[in-house]
Amino acid sequence: MDFLYSILIDPFVQMVELPDFLLQVLWEGFVAGVLYALIALGFVLIFKASGVFNFAQGIMVVFAGLTLVGLHEKGVPAYLALILTIGVMGLLALAVERFVMRPLVNQPDIILLMSTIGLTYFLIGFGEFIFGGEPKQMITEELGLPTGSTAFEIGDGGLLILQHIDVAAAVIAIIMVGMLAIFFNKTRIGRALRAVADDHQAALSVGISLNQIWAIVWFAAGIVALTTGIMWGARSDVSFALEIIALKALPVLILGGFTSIPGAIVGGLIIGIGEKIGEIYWGPLVGGGIESWLAYMIALIFLLFRPQGLFGERIIERV
Amino acid sequence: MRLHKLTAAAFALGLSAGIALPTLPAMAEDSVYIQLATYRTGPFAGSGIPVANGMADYLNMLNERDGGVNGVKIVVEECETGYDTQKGVECYEQAKSKGTLVFNPYSTGITLQVIPKASVDKIPVLSMAYGLSAAADGNTFPWVFNPPVTYWDGASGIIKHIAEQEGGMENLKGKKIGYIFLDAGYGREPIPLLEGMANDYGFELVQYPVPGKEMQNQASQWLNVRRDRPDYMVMWGWGAMNPTAVKEAAKIRFPMDKFIGIWWSGGEDDARAGGEGAKGYKTLNFNGVGTDFPAIQDIKTLLVDTGKSQVDPEKLGENLYNRGVMNAVLMAEAIRVAQEKTGKTVITSEDMRIGLENLNIDDARLAEIGLSGFMSPLSTNCEEHSGHHAMYVQQWNGEAWEKASDWFEPMTDKVKPLLAAAAEEYKTSNAPWPERAEACAN
Repeated sequence: MDFLYSILIDPFVQMVELPDFLLQVLWEGFVAGVLYALIALGFVLIFKASGVFNFAQGIMVVFAGLTLVGLHEKGVPAYLALILTIGVMGLLALAVERFVMRPLVNQPDIILLMSTIGLTYFLIGFGEFIFGGEPKQMITEELGLPTGSTAFEIGDGGLLILQHIDVAAAVIAIIMVGMLAIFFNKTRIGRALRAVADDHQAALSVGISLNQIWAIVWFAAGIVALTTGIMWGARSDVSFALEIIALKALPVLILGGFTSIPGAIVGGLIIGIGEKIGEIYWGPLVGGGIESWLAYMIALIFLLFRPQGLFGERIIERV
Repeated sequence: MRLHKLTAAAFALGLSAGIALPTLPAMAEDSVYIQLATYRTGPFAGSGIPVANGMADYLNMLNERDGGVNGVKIVVEECETGYDTQKGVECYEQAKSKGTLVFNPYSTGITLQVIPKASVDKIPVLSMAYGLSAAADGNTFPWVFNPPVTYWDGASGIIKHIAEQEGGMENLKGKKIGYIFLDAGYGREPIPLLEGMANDYGFELVQYPVPGKEMQNQASQWLNVRRDRPDYMVMWGWGAMNPTAVKEAAKIRFPMDKFIGIWWSGGEDDARAGGEGAKGYKTLNFNGVGTDFPAIQDIKTLLVDTGKSQVDPEKLGENLYNRGVMNAVLMAEAIRVAQEKTGKTVITSEDMRIGLENLNIDDARLAEIGLSGFMSPLSTNCEEHSGHHAMYVQQWNGEAWEKASDWFEPMTDKVKPLLAAAAEEYKTSNAPWPERAEACAN
């Protein structure tokens, strides 16, 4: 009976007793969710346009972050370093399109996936060769991003602490998603991207250049990776450990669907908030540390009801 | 015809051996080989790089300054483990084939894997202040050494320091102590001792495991800390886990002078990442910090200034760099002792075991090697492979580590019987564990 109480009743009692803490948990979950969504966005952009699951998205986050900090360490002013890093991500996109994607046109999906795994190992080695393996501190203040925190008193002595960098992360993520939505829906290139996503051959037949489109989506994914690198880097530091964080996007993608930008956002928030609530209120019952698999559990439960993900396209194949 | 074939086979074998030979490290007659298992890549590189630099630099400095140890050069070669146990075991096998004098795993996970191999291959394992705490028992583990202190000593030292802050051991009763740790062999190692002490002294131990994949994503653990409101937090972190934990602790406004890490959580970069909020953060230590030691100055002059070191000149003398130097001091001193005990100059790994078992680095010897005050005097013997030596608490002042206590002993009386029991348990669960056959050369 006690066991049932601790699972079914006690967590909710805790939530009601400490509402400020519940708000803090929700906020932390929201921020984590936004960051997961940013990583997932990088995957979605490339999958949408080329059907490639880009295993290298995690290392692109690290590579972008390291390039930015590395350039600044060499004496380049922060904003110039940011512009140069965007340029480097553009060059990377062109190189990936020319040397990885183009020679593999029409190859099975698994070959393209393997090529992105190869790209991951190349970028790890190349990154370590150029910048070394030591972690670097993100140049948060130099980029004009806010630091510090504000505490709000809630109820009787309760406290909600908001880190300014987390607020900035949420705002930047929202702006980025808005810009991507406009880019996809309102611009000519965006419409071409959607055409390629719907049907490669049909897109080619109306004169859309696949090579150009692929370079553009890899560049867009690079920009998303840079934003993610700055935000995650500001929370801890920029190191090769960040690459593992990208795996957090997998349950988000399963949940939100591999082809949906709104899916990445909503999926990220559900996973972020869900895993924090689970870890804080139910985790202690089993000794903690449930966060890493709880995300997959949440995704699997959703899949039971919507196998194509929340916003994924239902694929019906006639045989 | 048959003879021709045999000759041809012998020639082919000789040729292949001839081809294989150059892959071995180039060693002159008067040299010994030491492999350093290090990690300059991967998620733990932030902690691994300074340690690797410190170890390599001290040994290479001895080669440059003194021509090695008593004229015997030390051939140093690194093997990259990435803090991965499987790769670490591969490095061990490579070290064995190349005739290393000693194996430094630099990972508790790797140490646990190579302990059963060491006695068979007759290669001593030096796990300086990490690895299996019970390996301090020289009778059960004649091939494993973990001076100057074990993790259990460290845990007892932190509890002792907390008790001092509270005005005595009796005041620990009713306190809540949180333990945040890397959820791996390393972080789980001190749990039995901490649980035992919680029982004995009446404090509550609350555990916060951090999975390896979540090292940079600790918001949940620290939210739990905020809710549980422990009086003190103890940390067993490594690599990217450390700076993230320091930042998160500052974020929830945990009083940093009540946040105490083990000696592996005390890198400058670990604390620096927390900015102003990290001020007051404490860790244990057992080596000196800074460049104000003649031996470190020799490294600077002979290696750093001449471009023969991999260390960033600004990071020379930082805590984990000096930790690597201390690890190399233990190896160099063991070579010297082994040479004395065996009368040989070019020693073998079996001789090295004798050297490690007869270390006696007193104040006079520390002065001779240019490291006065760098560490507490250290000795080992056949029964005692750790020594349970003194440590101190250091505190981050926002820019550098400052000594926050005198050198103090761990709670050896508490720890030793538990270590003996743990060694017995290890023997039972790994039966048939070989009885010590090595003679004592004390």
